[in-house]
Amino acid sequence: MKHDIITDAKKSISGAVHTDRRHDSAEKHVTGRAEYCDDIAEPQGTLHAYLGTSTVAHGLIRSMDLEAVLAAPGVIGVLTAADVPGCNDISPTGQNDEPVFPVDKSEFHGQPLFAVIATSRDAARRATELAKIDYEVLPHALDPVSAMEAGYPHVTAPLKLERGDIAPAFDSAKNRIQGRMTIGGQDHMYLEGQIAFAIPGEDDDVIVHCSTQHPSEAQHMVAHVLGVPSNAVTVNVRRMGGGFGGKESQMNLFCAVAAIAAKKWNRPVKIRPDRDQDMTATGKRHDFVVDYDVAFDDSGRIEAVDGTFAARCGYSSDLSGPVTDRALFHADNAYFYPNVRLTSRPMKTNTVSNTAFRGFGGPQGVVAAERMIEEIAYALGKDPLEIRKANFYGDRNDGRLLTPYHQEVEDNILPRLIGELESSSDYQARREAILQHNARSSILKRGIALTPVKFGISFTATWYNQAGALIHIYNDGSIHLNHGGTEMGQGLNTKVAQVVADAFQVDFERIKITKTTTEKVPNTSATAASSGSDLNGMAALNAAEQLKERLVAFAAERWNTEPETIRFHNNMVEIGSELVSFNDLVRQAYMARVHLSAAGFYKTPKIHWDRAAGKGRPFYYFAYGASCSEVSVDTLTGEYRVERTDILHDVGKSLNPILDKGQVEGAFIQGMGWLTTEELWWDQTGRLRTHAPSTYKIPLASDRPRQFTVKLAEWSENKERTIKRSKAVGEPPFMLGVSVFEALSMAVASVADYRECPRLDAPATPERVLMAIERLKTRE
Amino acid sequence: MTHRTEIRFLLNGADVIVTDAPADKTLLDYLRLERRLTGSKEGCAEGDCGACTVLVGRLAGGVLKYETVNACIRFLASLDGCHVVTIEHLRGENGGLHPIQQAMVDFHGSQCGFCTPGFVMSLYALWMGNPEPTDTEVESAIQGNLCRCTGYQPIIAAAMAANRYGSPAQDFLETERATITERLAALSDGRRVVTGPDDNKAILPADVADFAAVLEDFPQATIVAGSTDVGLWVTKFMRPIGPAVFISHLQELKSVTLSDTALEIGAGVTYSEAQATICEIFPHLKSYWDRIAGQQVRNMGTIGGNIANGSPIGDTPPVLIALGAQIVLRNGATQRSLPLEQFFIEYGKQDRAPTEFVESILIPRPRSGQFHAAYKISKRRDEDISSVAAGFCVTVSEGRITDCRLAFGGMAGTPKRAAKAEAALRGQPWGEAAFVAAGKALEADFTPLSDWRASAEYRATAARNLLQRFFLTHDETTTEAVDLLSA
Repeated sequence: MKHDIITDAKKSISGAVHTDRRHDSAEKHVTGRAEYCDDIAEPQGTLHAYLGTSTVAHGLIRSMDLEAVLAAPGVIGVLTAADVPGCNDISPTGQNDEPVFPVDKSEFHGQPLFAVIATSRDAARRATELAKIDYEVLPHALDPVSAMEAGYPHVTAPLKLERGDIAPAFDSAKNRIQGRMTIGGQDHMYLEGQIAFAIPGEDDDVIVHCSTQHPSEAQHMVAHVLGVPSNAVTVNVRRMGGGFGGKESQMNLFCAVAAIAAKKWNRPVKIRPDRDQDMTATGKRHDFVVDYDVAFDDSGRIEAVDGTFAARCGYSSDLSGPVTDRALFHADNAYFYPNVRLTSRPMKTNTVSNTAFRGFGGPQGVVAAERMIEEIAYALGKDPLEIRKANFYGDRNDGRLLTPYHQEVEDNILPRLIGELESSSDYQARREAILQHNARSSILKRGIALTPVKFGISFTATWYNQAGALIHIYNDGSIHLNHGGTEMGQGLNTKVAQVVADAFQVDFERIKITKTTTEKVPNTSATAASSGSDLNGMAALNAAEQLKERLVAFAAERWNTEPETIRFHNNMVEIGSELVSFNDLVRQAYMARVHLSAAGFYKTPKIHWDRAAGKGRPFYYFAYGASCSEVSVDTLTGEYRVERTDILHDVGKSLNPILDKGQVEGAFIQGMGWLTTEELWWDQTGRLRTHAPSTYKIPLASDRPRQFTVKLAEWSENKERTIKRSKAVGEPPFMLGVSVFEALSMAVASVADYRECPRLDAPATPERVLMAIERLKTRE
Repeated sequence: MTHRTEIRFLLNGADVIVTDAPADKTLLDYLRLERRLTGSKEGCAEGDCGACTVLVGRLAGGVLKYETVNACIRFLASLDGCHVVTIEHLRGENGGLHPIQQAMVDFHGSQCGFCTPGFVMSLYALWMGNPEPTDTEVESAIQGNLCRCTGYQPIIAAAMAANRYGSPAQDFLETERATITERLAALSDGRRVVTGPDDNKAILPADVADFAAVLEDFPQATIVAGSTDVGLWVTKFMRPIGPAVFISHLQELKSVTLSDTALEIGAGVTYSEAQATICEIFPHLKSYWDRIAGQQVRNMGTIGGNIANGSPIGDTPPVLIALGAQIVLRNGATQRSLPLEQFFIEYGKQDRAPTEFVESILIPRPRSGQFHAAYKISKRRDEDISSVAAGFCVTVSEGRITDCRLAFGGMAGTPKRAAKAEAALRGQPWGEAAFVAAGKALEADFTPLSDWRASAEYRATAARNLLQRFFLTHDETTTEAVDLLSA
């Protein structure tokens, strides 16, 4: 009888793990009913804030005359540094170098100096224009090179990674190349900009609705600037309209301003910059200038690497320490460096303070590694792929598995992954055809490149690798799920709910996924470093297992059977010879006074990191991927087109293959955009002139490869005990875009018959491509 | 006849009367702040991201036509007599998801979801007009929509599959077409509309004669055609535009007339409305036209506006100058015409009196012996402003270049002909040498600027290389592909 019921019912629950499940908000997205922060109905009396910003890159503020601002229609008041009741600092790393508003100095063009509070956003925005600010202008440095030349300080302590001994290796090397590469930054261009909405409560209390990847940090920062304990502040995030790292620490300013104003006037206050202010006043991906020195043998195998990574950090440290650290952690990409020294130079500059962006410095390290591969390939007249293969990490037999930070690469699946992609993309034959095409065609040139990615997963700040979750089962059998992660489009809530559905063996629809709130899970980490599912999935599973344990113990006692025989399956529970519906079991457990709420917790095992020594195991595991791109380049204008891209990416045993594929595709396009058309351009006064989509060009549908094949490595399974043996997917595929950059480089190199490395800087705009072509042509 | 002081339109299913519509109030602010229709999003407030895309239906010659527009830069007052359809109005046959919405869900076309309503609206408009699009047609329809999450592939897949989810013939806008047409027709009373506060007045003339009269009364008025530029004056620079005279509803400015000798385009004709005819008469403009802005802006922006605003980087002036276009200016009842290049005096200054307006553009039909080309160079291929734009028209007779017109945008303070390069070509035998000489002469024609779009060096090099492309493209001995767009 029991058996029949199970087989008669549908085979499994909906939304099981390892199956395709659409984004839980998909229907709300397409109907416009998904609520973003700016869509929340405003309580009566809501005020609006807008930021007034600096017009000099570096200068002392002699005076700030806000009389006309205060007299403008609709204006209720202004906030300056003097109005910060607590500590005037929102540095996410506790360095006390990032004021809400500066007291006496502007350190970048566009720096927020004050806020206007008015009855409408329009009134507040118009009033900011009326400020009269007198500056004593100081000399400024905008980029890392001029900052180094001007003797600017580091914003935070540099890192050095060292292994082996580079001096003798350079001395004895047969080949050695030195060069410099400039790598541009990137704006997040999340479609929903920064926004915070604070509602004052009794005593010290304030509730802040906002669009942040890091609710706990926003909570702590608001408490800090208000001078109240964290328990007075609640931060809520239902969903973000994109984050990409740009809403990790950058929301702190907006939350702080909204909260200060809300408490000061005891009215709800919303702040939403326009796109131009969003792009000028908030940080971006770090630009880097990399000086490299590489020694190699005649087969192209690297013997020593010495690299200095100078970054445009902006005026404050923000997350520049861990970002520049991660650039070094990925300066090997997938390659073994027998002798290596890598140094970071996190330079202070008079620009907006740069911040997290998908990959977190890693992509810049990877691009530099690939530049060295290219240098070797052109010097030896070989296919760069051959050089890549010659330098991959190896195994215990050849002893080539130690990274520059002394962690062993234990799970290297790249040889298999690359082999499969090389064959499925038909790389060799296509490369041959392209060489022939380029020999025949004088104007349109083609290029192809197959590039690998190895990306370390874990926050390098070890304490961040923890997470919490809270699950309630109500007595009707419905489940309320909360965890510390935030939903920014990646489908985290869907994946975590799948984990919970799987644990209880109930349909996905039974689980209500709620907003992220600091009231339910405290001290959470940012949803960043690709860690969302790894950490929160595990924490939710932990909570679910606690509840299951209680239900099982109750059932064993009530039905007088052994706990081991109790099995959850397809919305039912087998208890001995009985089959009880999940709802029934829950109701009976409730009647028997079983606690049906549980808080789960998880911390990543095995990891440790000694930054001073530059040694440890900062990463729990690595995620891998590879992409092969072919481009056409117009050598008259430098314009180009991506003809075809093939991707094979490793997400371990995927929790949700269709969502993971979406992450891979989207990350590739975003990475390609970073290296091609997305250019940040400051004028000589230090003003960012590419500050809106009219001037800052992210990829469009027509920029995607004409043929685009994306596959997940279905055979892969995480060697470590991650959630259902899956792997993180947010950041690693971003670096698949490097294949487009390298393919462009090959097409450029063709104009000088591949005799010289084109040394293309990033982003490879049509202008940079054409100028590189012209440069190579003059060498002919 | 007295003026009407309110604007009247249909918003989704409802009749709306706005008794006081300030000139600078945008449709998006109206929808979000006053109607709490929050499905349309503000992503950029400059018509570049498409998150605010809505449909606007308008009667033209009794026929109801819907087009996508950017609500962020569309002024509320300009919607008099229109049907505005927002994401909230979309529904399927049984009140469930609309076919486009269902396709987007099934193909995983949304991630963060913020751009999604805009994409749905763009795909909806595409499906109504072209239910079985090719992927390039889909790309073109969503040129004005940015997505930062998906990489677009799933959105394209949803668009290609949409017709399997339902047929446009069964769509609610189709089944309600007759009723909506009637309701819109009833809104029209042929009167001038004057609304908004005194310092921020919106004026909608009854017809072109009335437009001329309005300008005589308000010579300082801002003329708003497609608002794809004026919209940004408001949303980006907070510039007052009142009194503003809105002209996008004037059918007399919307004629496209083809005679034996010329194509005449009314100044109010949008890029979209001109597209079919202009690309048929001048096939070399086809790929160029596809690269003007995004679909929403092409639906709003007018050729007359693109000329009248005098920008040195407008897309149409260089190619129209190369074609020998004339513009007709009207002042009251008086008309005058002049060669387009003469309209642009210097940066920010055009040959237009305050009470004058651009009425139409006359483009001579191509003649035999003419070779044409239109080039646009930009950082991103689509929906970008050109770093260099060029229109070339070279007449060859018996192996000799008898005449030529080379016009460039982005190379000077105005769209401008390259007089010295033209002189280097004129009278020369067709051959590479002439074009190399012309390329050299360009250096004397232009001293381009460096800015965020391109450096002076790049502009100069690329402009010179375009002459080489032109030669190679039209030279009989060329055996290889020389243009990425046609390769």
